[in-house]
Amino acid sequence: MRYDSLIDAVGRTPLVGLPRLSPSPEVRVWAKLEDRNPTGSVKDRPALHMIEAAERDGLLTPGCTILEPTSGNTGISLAMAARLKGYKIVCVMPENTSEERRELLRMWGAEIISSPAAGGSNTAVRVAKELAAEHPDWVMLYQYGNPANPEAHYTTTGPELLEDLPTITHFVAGLGTTGTLMGVGRYLREKVPGVQIVAAEPRYDDVVYGLRNLDEGFIPELYDAEVLTTRYSVGSHDAVRRTRELLEQEGIFAGVSTGAALHAALGVARKAVKAGERADIAFVIADGGWKYLSTGIYTAASTEEAIERLHGQLWA
Amino acid sequence: MAIEVRIPTILRDYTDGAKAVEGNGASIDELIADLETRHAGIRNRLVEEDGSLRRFVNVYLNDEDIRFIDGISSSLDDGDTVTILPAVAGGA
Repeated sequence: MRYDSLIDAVGRTPLVGLPRLSPSPEVRVWAKLEDRNPTGSVKDRPALHMIEAAERDGLLTPGCTILEPTSGNTGISLAMAARLKGYKIVCVMPENTSEERRELLRMWGAEIISSPAAGGSNTAVRVAKELAAEHPDWVMLYQYGNPANPEAHYTTTGPELLEDLPTITHFVAGLGTTGTLMGVGRYLREKVPGVQIVAAEPRYDDVVYGLRNLDEGFIPELYDAEVLTTRYSVGSHDAVRRTRELLEQEGIFAGVSTGAALHAALGVARKAVKAGERADIAFVIADGGWKYLSTGIYTAASTEEAIERLHGQLWA
Repeated sequence: MAIEVRIPTILRDYTDGAKAVEGNGASIDELIADLETRHAGIRNRLVEEDGSLRRFVNVYLNDEDIRFIDGISSSLDDGDTVTILPAVAGGA
């Protein structure tokens, strides 16, 4: 495959079967390797799409500064595109995210503003909104509310999945901005009668929720519950356990949020086996494990030890 | 029937700091009413006056969001686990 530039090489990622983790020849699980994008995560798709939409709308012009609340991947994708297209970029990220992510952002030339660990991404969103008000000339693409985010998946990820797996019965992905699930979900629902769209929502340790006020929660503007069939909450224990299984059994080196999606995918697979139904379940490898290497979770002697090492980190 | 209920930090004032408590009921609605008898005030934090779940409160039955089951009418079995969490931003 040949492309004119790195930016043109976003998407068209492989879909690979999981012969060992799939429960039977009738119930198969497939992984969409989004870590094969230029900066190593699924976020290259929405980031590029949001930038190009803002350029078309005249919001982004050469020399502009982009602002974004991000715990890493979106910022890394935006920073790469910003460098190639000549924009400056400021990322607001929770202080409890891994050093690799910070180094990657700096490497691409992003300025990082840390937000307090308590409250996780909620706090990063709030801080970014405050900064946007103080700097009206900065352009916040705002992945949680920008329709170009799900549109990237509606126009690329969804069609790719259907082309590679016309017999798809379930789509499973992590629930964050909700962009992947909303975009792919809407596309598949239009094309595949009865398709099930399943969200895997990360459940963090107490520290992340600690100071949350129940009256001031956060639901991304993009979220539409109608698109989903169901939604699972996956704790760090199951996410880490599945991340390690994916590596040990299928040789796929993925980030921790992927373990959460795999956990939900295998839960759905188990249900299909019980019901005696055939299923082709596709789930998203959101990123590779590189950014989580320093946690030691891949080589820890046991899952329990691995979880101990992850404690308090924002892993999705 | 004993149901384990995991309580988020923000609501532990009602449970004397306990991270998890036990409750009874054939549905989520009954379970919340049962919790209210020992942890007065908790129901009002979870449920609106019209009986629906508050917007920024998520309740999971065996890790599945009850909004995709039968809401607060979702039925419970002995040994089920219910997790209450505030809605937070995810994504990267």
